[in-house]
Amino acid sequence: MSSLLEMKNISKSFSGNKVLSGVNLLVEEGEVHALLGENGAGKSTLMKILGGIYTKDGGTISIDGEEVQIHSVDDARDKGVSIIHQELMLAEHLTIAENIFMGREIKNKAGIVNLKKQEQIAQGFLDQYEIGLESNLRLDKLTIAKQQMVEIIRAVSFGAKIIVMDEPTSSLSDAEVEILYEMIRVLKKKAVAVIYISHRLNELYDITDRITVLRDGESVGTVVTKETKRQQLISMMVGRDLSSYYTKTDNVVNETVLKVTDLSDGNKVKRVNFDLKKGEILGIAGLVGAGRSETVECLFGLTQKKAGIIEYKGKEVAFKNPREAMAQGFGFVPEDRKQEGLFLQSDVRFNTTINIVERFLKKLLWNRQKENEIVSEKIDDMHIKVTGASQIVSKLSGGNQQKVLIARWLCSTRTVLILDEPTRGVDVKTKAEIYALIDNLAKSGMSIIMVSSELPELINMSDRVMVMCNGYSTGILKRDELSQENIMTLATTEVGA
Amino acid sequence: MEAKKTKENWFASFGRSVLAGLKTNGGIIIGLIIICIILGIMTDPFLTIRNFTNIMRQISINVILACGMTMVIILGGIDLSVGSIIAVSGCLCCGLITNMGVPSYAAIPISILAGTLVGIFNGAVISRTTIPPFIVTLAMMNIGRGFARIYTKATTILVDDELFTFIGSGTVLGGIPIHIVYMVIVIAVSALILNRTKLGRNIYAVGDNKQAAAYSGIHAKKVTMTVFVIMGFFAACAGIISSARTFSGQFNVGEGAEMDAISAVVLGGTSMSGGIGHLSGTIIGCVVIGVLNNGMNILGIDSSWQYVVKGIVVLLAVFIDYFKKIRE
Repeated sequence: MSSLLEMKNISKSFSGNKVLSGVNLLVEEGEVHALLGENGAGKSTLMKILGGIYTKDGGTISIDGEEVQIHSVDDARDKGVSIIHQELMLAEHLTIAENIFMGREIKNKAGIVNLKKQEQIAQGFLDQYEIGLESNLRLDKLTIAKQQMVEIIRAVSFGAKIIVMDEPTSSLSDAEVEILYEMIRVLKKKAVAVIYISHRLNELYDITDRITVLRDGESVGTVVTKETKRQQLISMMVGRDLSSYYTKTDNVVNETVLKVTDLSDGNKVKRVNFDLKKGEILGIAGLVGAGRSETVECLFGLTQKKAGIIEYKGKEVAFKNPREAMAQGFGFVPEDRKQEGLFLQSDVRFNTTINIVERFLKKLLWNRQKENEIVSEKIDDMHIKVTGASQIVSKLSGGNQQKVLIARWLCSTRTVLILDEPTRGVDVKTKAEIYALIDNLAKSGMSIIMVSSELPELINMSDRVMVMCNGYSTGILKRDELSQENIMTLATTEVGA
Repeated sequence: MEAKKTKENWFASFGRSVLAGLKTNGGIIIGLIIICIILGIMTDPFLTIRNFTNIMRQISINVILACGMTMVIILGGIDLSVGSIIAVSGCLCCGLITNMGVPSYAAIPISILAGTLVGIFNGAVISRTTIPPFIVTLAMMNIGRGFARIYTKATTILVDDELFTFIGSGTVLGGIPIHIVYMVIVIAVSALILNRTKLGRNIYAVGDNKQAAAYSGIHAKKVTMTVFVIMGFFAACAGIISSARTFSGQFNVGEGAEMDAISAVVLGGTSMSGGIGHLSGTIIGCVVIGVLNNGMNILGIDSSWQYVVKGIVVLLAVFIDYFKKIRE
């Protein structure tokens, strides 16, 4: 019996650059099949070929044993292939039904859309997939997770047999991820195949049946998820054994740099207590909505504290804005690098040096040489892959963008560096590099606050971890107490009102 | 020794800036040269020094406005009120001198201040609220124009004043028209602000990503305010120069000036969405518009058709830019 989808020997080049060579992918009916690889391994290119956005240079694609040619998105849809992109392709001001029928509305002879009928059919789909929503609800009334459901239903309503999900959980909370899993399980039952792209290994173990690993545009192999260990997946992805994935040395000096007592921002942050020592890496853990990011934003002066005391080197401080925090040597690498971090239209040089322009722009003179020296030093030190300092940042891969953003803050941070999700959306190799860098900074005497949702990262990198729940700090775990169980227990400890 | 080093730096640095400017604006410079060659062949008087000085004088007002507009647009904003600011400062100055007997050396700074106030208002509203700059400055355009009409009672105020006449049509250093001096000063100041100061970097940063700028400790409100005030000040100065050139305050002076300035900025490759742009491009954009105006006048092309041609040139430039981007 042939597989539902067979992609064989697929190759693709962009202006002479080979992006895919001889890639194979076999997906069975009712299977959740993960596609795993570092940034730039060729996952998206492969999926764009399947989805009709790119055309392959060589190889064959068969669906249900029959060779097919996919030249456009419409072709792909006719053959039963739908892609759910990271950024949803829906109209916020239309109803669920209108979104599902967008582009192929049910019209009467006069060309007027039959909304009632559309709503009925849409409702049928919603019920069939056990989604408790009314089809006449406007989309902007729904959470991102629910909007994603609508997008999936839309794909199903086209008769999709193969649904590709590109990093579907990147903007979901843990509870919402569970809802998505439920949806995927229903799809499985209806014999739909799901190709699941994610960087988060945990998720692959939660939901996928098999994993195909790509590396540098070639398929490394396909494994059964249950029979494969994490370490094995990582080595497949990276091509070598990453025994030093986490770098952690003990650098804590017994000198308190920062002491936070009963901090509140009058909103998400209710009562937070912790202290930070010189050379220490303090992790901040908690579920989505626990107020982790809000706490560090308040520390950095992005929001104002309403109550509590922040002591820096023994003196009380209250930063009114990031400038005041930066003047004291604080740095802050924000969570969302595209929204809050990078100047995407500008080049690597501009992005790296924006915090320290006064070092080379003096008295209406521009010391280009000095600026270039600063930038090339950072590019070399951090192994940032660029064609040059003048490359536009939006053209870089996620990992390299993150490195540029961290490089900016390394230029100006002297004492306390706050990292909010420093390895989100970053490939494994870059992750290891970022960990080594963080450890190095701690060694040099900098204090680090690291907010993260990845427990392994917190457990392996932190000297101590502060856990938050609903705006309260519920406990601080020392290095020898760090375990997933201990963190989760504190993360779900409600502090009485 | 130290002083000498600085001097060399200045010179080398200036040279590099000019070279970089030529490189980034290659396309439009070639376009400009082609237009000049065609006009040179078709008409005798076009390629003369006299005509060249003429063109420089004609584009001076637009250059002053477009320099400010470049900063505004890189910041991600737009200022439609500049034409009206010209009328406000120009008419007020003429009124003060002729109707109220204020000496010109006092009337000029007062009027510049009045015009700058419009910029201050624009900046204050735009930096403190999320009301789009288009709307705020559109309103100020109408309010300013209205006040100019009310103040002049919709007539022309004639001025007979020595200093005023010198400002409008004087020459310095043995025959260089004073307009060229204004232009050079404004270009130099704007270039220094955009390329050699922290403010300049911050303008690009805010225009590219306002939120990221805030996270990097950039005071976006202050930057926005400063840019609109500079724009207001430039426009107010342009108002005095415009009125001085005609020895009179006319309520309709500077009508449509904002559109010429925006056209020049767009021709120069600055992105309307902010974050990208170069002053060098804007200046070449101004020259292109100036050369077209001048050439079409020499050729005796009907002024209605001149509008059509100018519009087509702007569209063409944007299309070329668009296709260049797509190819990348």
